[in-house]
Amino acid sequence: MNHWIILPILLPAVMAPILVLAARHDLVLARVLSMAAAVLMLVLAAALLVSASVQPPQMYALGDWPAPFGIVLVLDRLSALMLVLAALLSLIVLLYALGGWDGRGRHFHALWQFQLMGINGAFLTGDFFNLFVFFEVLLIASYGLMVHGGGALRVRAGVQYVVVNLVGSSLFLIAVGLIYSVTGTLNMADLAGRVVEVVDGDRAILHTGALLLLLVFGIKAALVPVHFWLPGTYGNAAAPVAALFAIMTKVGAYSILRLFPLAFGEGAGLSAGLAVPWLLPAALLTLALGMTGVLAARSLTQLASFAVIGSMGTLMTAVGLFSPQATSAALYYLLHSTLAAAALFLIAGEVSVRRACGDRLSPGASFADRGLLAAFFFVAAIALCGMPPLSGFLGKLMILDSARGGANAVWIWAVILVSSLLCIIGFGRAGSTVFWKSDPAAQPLAVDVSGSRPRSVLPLVSIGTLLAALVLLTAFAGPLMGWIEQAATQIYQPERYIDAVMGEAGGYE
Amino acid sequence: MEFLLASAVGVMTAAGVYLLLRARTFTVVLGLTLLSYATNVFLFAMGRLAIDRPPVIAADASAYSDPLPQALVLTAIVISFGMTAVAVVMALRSFLESGDDLGAMTPSSGTPAQMVAEVGESSR
Repeated sequence: MNHWIILPILLPAVMAPILVLAARHDLVLARVLSMAAAVLMLVLAAALLVSASVQPPQMYALGDWPAPFGIVLVLDRLSALMLVLAALLSLIVLLYALGGWDGRGRHFHALWQFQLMGINGAFLTGDFFNLFVFFEVLLIASYGLMVHGGGALRVRAGVQYVVVNLVGSSLFLIAVGLIYSVTGTLNMADLAGRVVEVVDGDRAILHTGALLLLLVFGIKAALVPVHFWLPGTYGNAAAPVAALFAIMTKVGAYSILRLFPLAFGEGAGLSAGLAVPWLLPAALLTLALGMTGVLAARSLTQLASFAVIGSMGTLMTAVGLFSPQATSAALYYLLHSTLAAAALFLIAGEVSVRRACGDRLSPGASFADRGLLAAFFFVAAIALCGMPPLSGFLGKLMILDSARGGANAVWIWAVILVSSLLCIIGFGRAGSTVFWKSDPAAQPLAVDVSGSRPRSVLPLVSIGTLLAALVLLTAFAGPLMGWIEQAATQIYQPERYIDAVMGEAGGYE
Repeated sequence: MEFLLASAVGVMTAAGVYLLLRARTFTVVLGLTLLSYATNVFLFAMGRLAIDRPPVIAADASAYSDPLPQALVLTAIVISFGMTAVAVVMALRSFLESGDDLGAMTPSSGTPAQMVAEVGESSR
């Protein structure tokens, strides 16, 4: 057994209490520990990625209990890819937070580690109930991070966020109960084998449970009609927190990709293709609504929030096609949209601390680093809208290509192309208002808030790194796609996953 | 017993959903609590209803009840209790920061102070 698989959960789980206990009053120590943990995590995730790409899916049985009875973690290409993305994003965004955000409230770094623990756990777990538990871990940390820095509006948005997610958790438990009641298992690999055997009278219960799970994952992924929590939450959170939350919507997308091809794929008999009639229309609606929201946004953060909804729509459209080719396009787009959305939130954060009128989309006085931030915004907007030459263009092209010839090709092509146009118009208008036009009557920011201290360059470095990662994603799209295609093939060969988890169960007989 | 349990779950869920849809955070928290009770009872019933059956191995037992849903309910109770505590603290904080416990956001207003004033107007 490969013991490294448990470490992405253990490392933050150990680091967070240390941060609370030892570094409570010492911001410098907390920063050093937190950065060290983030770097270690990236190294660890990269090592697991290498391990996952040379070996078939691997199972880690906690306490060495055999598979359907004990708790298992599973590492395959998909989970390793998500681990690396989460580790990379957290490291870069943490760099931004060190620019001053982490000192505006207590326990920022500890909550950050707990958040990572939940995210990594959700990517690795092999059963539903622990998926629920890790969802709760990442949510409870995100409640803390969401209201980091305080302020009436932010706390109020935080309350709404908590309530929506608590209802989601109740639905999750009901879905888990329904599935357990007819299949008698919580293990995803075991479930995949038992779906076929469910008697006809119980099949409706199984389907209700599975579709409730789809709804819960849809809440996480901000799919229409359960997307409404996202603009308020992301729009009112602190910039680095919103940037980290860019990975949280992807947890929902990951869970759908994990469960539905595995247990409700082609081998599921009467239950095959359960999610197909629901996911694709919801995804297209999400895409249309998100990009229309981009047009209606009144501030850069709002613009970024709706762009996240739109990009989730694009991503879930590709996921909803449930084919290896579309899924590999979806995974590439997932990497791209996470990094691009994070960059956009950070840019909005930097603009709002420099401008007298914050990040509102109204002409104002000139502000510091205007040229540089405008360039950053331009690159991020090109990436997010999917214009050549950056990765968003490649991602959308591959999604369009994978939809070609399918039954819904006309709809998918029309919605993706028209929404891209809306996105370009929205971003073009926002960028020219904030960075180009200036209001001669407006007063510049009279006194620098930070006083005599020079402003930290870390935030700008962090944004630059995110954008450089996007450029790398474009430049190395060829080799990366080769790897991702194998990951997608693995998703649609559930027998290999099932063998990895259940195969060991034969050992105890 | 099935009827009693099913109607209890139904009534608690209905009351919980009704309270969730209210405008004030206090009733919303109450609604969440009721909803989590309903979920716990529902989960418990997923192991099938049976009387006088031990969940763990006993020498004189003829049949066993399913121990797993009981373990799940225990975990779910702990988590929902903790989450309710978080929700109460956040709602209290929101009340202290903005002066009322209405959950509404008014996106048109600029500053929190204006927003509170507007919410106050609309609630009257």
